[in-house]
Amino acid sequence: MSINYQTMSFDYGRCAEQEGKEAPLHPVIVVGAGPVGLAAAIDVAQRGVPVVLVDDDCTLSTGSRAICFSKRSLDIFDRLGCGERMVEKGVRWHVGKVFVEDEHVYTFDLLPESGHRRPAFINLQQYYVEGFLVERAQELPNLEIRWKSKVTGMRQEDGDDGAFVTLTVQTPDGSYDLRGRYVVAADGSRSPLRALLGLDSKGRIFKDRFLIADVKMKADFPSERWFWFDPPFHPNQSVLLHRQPDNVWRIDFQLGWDADPVLEKTPERIIPRVRALLGPDVEFELEWVSVYTFACVRMESFRHGNVLFAGDSAHGVSPFGARGANGGIQDAENLAWKLCMVLGGRAPDALLDTYASEREYAADENIRNSSRSTDFITPKTPVSRVFRDAVLKLAKHHPFARQLVNTGRLSVPAVLSESTLNTPDRDRFEGQMVPGAACVDAPVRRGGEDDWLLSQLGGEFTALVFCGAEGVDAASVAVLSALRDAALPVRRIVVSAGPLDAYNRAGAALADVALLEDTQGSAAQRYDARPGTLYLIRPDQHVCARWRHAEPGDLEAALRRALGVRGVA
Amino acid sequence: MALNTQPNLTRPDDFYEALLDMHRDLDDAASQSANAQLILLLANHIGDYATLVEAIQHAREGVVSPHGPAPAHARLST
Repeated sequence: MSINYQTMSFDYGRCAEQEGKEAPLHPVIVVGAGPVGLAAAIDVAQRGVPVVLVDDDCTLSTGSRAICFSKRSLDIFDRLGCGERMVEKGVRWHVGKVFVEDEHVYTFDLLPESGHRRPAFINLQQYYVEGFLVERAQELPNLEIRWKSKVTGMRQEDGDDGAFVTLTVQTPDGSYDLRGRYVVAADGSRSPLRALLGLDSKGRIFKDRFLIADVKMKADFPSERWFWFDPPFHPNQSVLLHRQPDNVWRIDFQLGWDADPVLEKTPERIIPRVRALLGPDVEFELEWVSVYTFACVRMESFRHGNVLFAGDSAHGVSPFGARGANGGIQDAENLAWKLCMVLGGRAPDALLDTYASEREYAADENIRNSSRSTDFITPKTPVSRVFRDAVLKLAKHHPFARQLVNTGRLSVPAVLSESTLNTPDRDRFEGQMVPGAACVDAPVRRGGEDDWLLSQLGGEFTALVFCGAEGVDAASVAVLSALRDAALPVRRIVVSAGPLDAYNRAGAALADVALLEDTQGSAAQRYDARPGTLYLIRPDQHVCARWRHAEPGDLEAALRRALGVRGVA
Repeated sequence: MALNTQPNLTRPDDFYEALLDMHRDLDDAASQSANAQLILLLANHIGDYATLVEAIQHAREGVVSPHGPAPAHARLST
């Protein structure tokens, strides 16, 4: 029997605080059980820190909403233990087509190379994403979800053991106080917590309206992203078509600012629009409709004392580029390990300031990209319209103009190249795996089985050492053995160009080092690695340091820096 | 690559005539579209971002003097 995630609801239950028991100080409270709050809560709980997750509702997402989940989000879901379910259910895609009027002018491929575990994107209704995350959360004994629990008050105080936050939580049984060391505010674009602090997100509000029509039908469109400018079936406006699971298709019609949002949501208005696209003979039913506007905005700071804002509460983007939910899920993973390091006494509180600075930087990149797409799709002035149309005209015949056609620059992880947690390169490297970059995947073999590089990374800091077929060089062995005794657990991995012989494995220094075989040479190529190259990778799978030949002291200094410890040379 | 603002056209008068001729019999909208397409074609040929930005700045300064009156909101505050 299949579960209907659209109608699923969760039971409210009384909690310890309501039973008059002594209210504990929870290490982490997450507010909001959307994709971002759930990802943050699971990530923190998986790292061994108890979490309370409160949500004002008791159901999953109403409507399909954020449907495009990027490779980076899938890599994160893999680490959270639910990536496979998402990919199994989702529609994989990597090709986008652009049409001008009735002419196909341009095709782009988001993942032209092979050798990655996950596709560039899947389309999956947000209620499935949330449902799979909730089911994963329910497996974690140290993660407590409290439904129908609405935060109505908040105050930050200094206690004897440091600052903490008290939330007033309203339930069907009345209100109670919920105290936590840190609060993750993942409570959405209209964030009540942001309002309780008297704060706002600022930026540009776009004067345009769009209609989402999710249509259920049997259709033979391919699993591709199709974008039309000025198509004959919807003149002077844009249309976007996307395939979702369960034979549902997302059609996104640009309506213009003057459209009546109430009237446009009626079937009498929508059905002719859909029929104009599909033709008169296609049978379909409307699954979900929504008329929306959007703004590209962000909070000035994502950290306010011990309250950390993540996802839509902290930033908003236009939907073109799928940078909303995907950006928010990356917020969650950036924050989770830092919270746990600070709570575990392994890093100073200042590490959390870098959550704000890194993700504000990423939000600016997402806002910049989605604003540019929006300016292209909906020109704001007569002259921007002239240039936009000129680009589209040229794109039909001249390849150069196609790179200017902007229907959304689709979400890729921000390279946190300016982060203070990075150790600047001392040695020369080529390629994309600069300090601050999210690690790319590569096919490897482990213990004689096919595996993936990214599956080995994350959770804790990881030292990734590359070696040739002749084995691990003596200097790398020294570094790896020094790491075994480090105060902070660091996972140690050797990536070899060929099968490592028994002699190399037998060395005591490498006794519990994971050995990966770079069967196709992709890992070495993508990381510009030579024998002796060492990468230090953060718990969120971002590169924070790399060397051609590291000394034991290098790693110690880089680790301290990556934990936000001051006074690092 | 600095923007070359020294004489560089091989046939200046012929170029100018061809430029005006591009607009022959065009209404305003079509003329604007032709201009925009021409700018985009030439920009791609130049390619280098810094050079293009330099040209954009010259063009902007040609209509908005950098030494001209400040915007209204700046004047009000003094």
